[in-house]
Amino acid sequence: MKLSGADIIVRTLIEQKCDVVFGYPGGQILNVYDSLYKYQNELRHVLTAHEQGAAHAADGYARATGKVGVVIATSGPGATNLVTGIATAYLDSVPLVAITGNVPNAQLGSDSFQEIDITGITLPITKHNYIVGDVSELADTIREAFRLAMSDRPGPVLIDVPKDVQIAVGDYEPAEPVQPYEKIQAKDIRIEQAASCINSSERPFVYFGGGLVSSGAAEEMLELAELTDAPIGCSLMGISGVPTDHPRFLGMQGMHGHYASSMAMHRADCIIALGVRFNDRVTGDRTKFATGAKIVHIDVDGAELAKTVTPAHALRGDLKKTLTKLLPLIEKKSHPDWQKKVAELRREEAQTLDNRDGMTPRRAIMTLNSHLGENTPVATDVGQHQMWAAQNLNFKRCRRFITSGGLGTMGFGMGGAIGAGIGVGERAVLVTGDGSFGMCLNELATAVSNNIPLVILLMNNGVLGMVRQWQTLFFDKHYSNTILDRKTDFVALAKAFGADGERVETPEELDAALTRAFAFEGTYLVECMIDKDEFVLPMLPPGGSMDDMIVKVGD
Amino acid sequence: MNGNFTIAILVENNFGVLNRVTSMFRRRRFNIKCLTVSETESAEYSRITIIAEGSKADKKQLIDQLYKLPVVTAIKELSDSVAVTSELLLIKVKNDPETRPLVRDAAEAFGAKTVDYTRESVMMQMTGGTHRVDAFIDLMRDYGIIEICRTGVVSLERGSSTIRKEEM
Repeated sequence: MKLSGADIIVRTLIEQKCDVVFGYPGGQILNVYDSLYKYQNELRHVLTAHEQGAAHAADGYARATGKVGVVIATSGPGATNLVTGIATAYLDSVPLVAITGNVPNAQLGSDSFQEIDITGITLPITKHNYIVGDVSELADTIREAFRLAMSDRPGPVLIDVPKDVQIAVGDYEPAEPVQPYEKIQAKDIRIEQAASCINSSERPFVYFGGGLVSSGAAEEMLELAELTDAPIGCSLMGISGVPTDHPRFLGMQGMHGHYASSMAMHRADCIIALGVRFNDRVTGDRTKFATGAKIVHIDVDGAELAKTVTPAHALRGDLKKTLTKLLPLIEKKSHPDWQKKVAELRREEAQTLDNRDGMTPRRAIMTLNSHLGENTPVATDVGQHQMWAAQNLNFKRCRRFITSGGLGTMGFGMGGAIGAGIGVGERAVLVTGDGSFGMCLNELATAVSNNIPLVILLMNNGVLGMVRQWQTLFFDKHYSNTILDRKTDFVALAKAFGADGERVETPEELDAALTRAFAFEGTYLVECMIDKDEFVLPMLPPGGSMDDMIVKVGD
Repeated sequence: MNGNFTIAILVENNFGVLNRVTSMFRRRRFNIKCLTVSETESAEYSRITIIAEGSKADKKQLIDQLYKLPVVTAIKELSDSVAVTSELLLIKVKNDPETRPLVRDAAEAFGAKTVDYTRESVMMQMTGGTHRVDAFIDLMRDYGIIEICRTGVVSLERGSSTIRKEEM
């Protein structure tokens, strides 16, 4: 059938089983918005306050559902406002399709009003991008973009559509939703070699990341840990990949990782790394990282193998497919000495836990835990609150921790929470700080006008806490530009946006406020006052090794 | 241990493809010493030949990162033992009666052809492997080089096999 390019875009999105898009209209994308109006019963559009919020919302939706998130923006500033959102998705391997309008083909390259080379700008932060030259290529380009975004290591893809292509009429034939490219399995011989390495280990450790979540291989991973009698740790991106209370799970690794988890990995003789990269935040000084361990590294992205640390066995393949092949080769073992050591590390960790009375960050998160449903998605922004949340939140289900790991995007949280809430169809939670919240609070308007049930736990310490922590430890307490002291009344602010909220100073008040927040129909902000000198601990100093870990801070 | 390696890359022959490849080299800090690009036997594909410098791990990382670009269809490492590698040099030197016979002798030895001749200058053209071209340029330094331009290497595997058999 004959349709306009704009109609083809919307029809193709519907055909690809996309049920919601996030975006913001503007001059060069007007035709698409006219089609969204026409098809509003089949495709929901969520208008945000800013294109960045729309990109983060599409990202949060994708993280929570595993589906491809879609964001739409106009040319020029609309497109450039997406950049931080696209980069956030790229660094965390989130499947995202961004559609931007642009000036007509004939005007491209002439610095027209609101013209920007967005394919050039997003080249390093997309898996691939397109500028559509002709309406005949439009539908297939969108299908290919979906396919690329979801295949192998997922990531964002951008499609720039000049206005004349949106107006032009072309043929459209509906097609089936695209499927990812065939999943690859690591080579049999590599799997056999890895199995014999694992079988001969005495102190195995399973370390997984976001790749395990996107591959849906949690069950296989748990079976591997069971067979090898290994403790389990994860990267920030792996959190919620297994239930937090799983008896083998020691928690997050890295600069602010759990003590027992980091130490156990450091002492292992075999690290089985699954869909995870050895980022500098995890390894610290690479030359001193787990020197006694052989690393078996399985990842769908071959370029991650041996990029930063040198594995003994590097297996390129889809995790689920590769683990399924590996499991039958793994011998059932038990390592009582190793388990004894792990139990000892757990005891050491328990002694370092912050059990002070009063409104401590850990107590705030523990209080939040008691209100979370099994299915509640919890998004965060970036900074101290993010690490406190990552360390202390309890998750039962996969894809419920929504956080910007690789890029560390302050301002991600509001969009991320809105998208995750819509994707899951449940009340979402945002844990944020006063610094980060200041970067994205305009999306309160989005949450309110779309009746999105959302609980915001704003941990307000009046400072940029994470930077302050570094200034305390490494910059002689020169608190350069980290004391906010902004006089913002966050509760009044929430009310001004049409939300509700309250301010609390004790754990009891917090508990009562959260009860009201979780019963509230709409968006509810709980401002929780935290001391400005609270630290995120433990801390591995940048470039340090596990032996340099700061567990407690003296004065 | 660092060394040079030659890699041939078959890419889609589209607008902006070279930019996608070189942008990746730039942002990942690969040290590219030489790059040539041209159409192939099929109008659908272009062929990029690069010489890069780095360790074995750098080479693996470069190839792995190339494979992630959707525009890349095939990649092959071409070592000297399996491939014929050549480049074209145009060199302009001073036309001085005193050194003229020496220039002529050297040109003959290297198989360089005179392609332009004026009272002040001689332009010669030669093809050959990189070392040979380097050696000829080095020799010409004594006689006053005015200007040079070289294409960078092109490389093709010996025998009947092609890069396309390695398609992903």
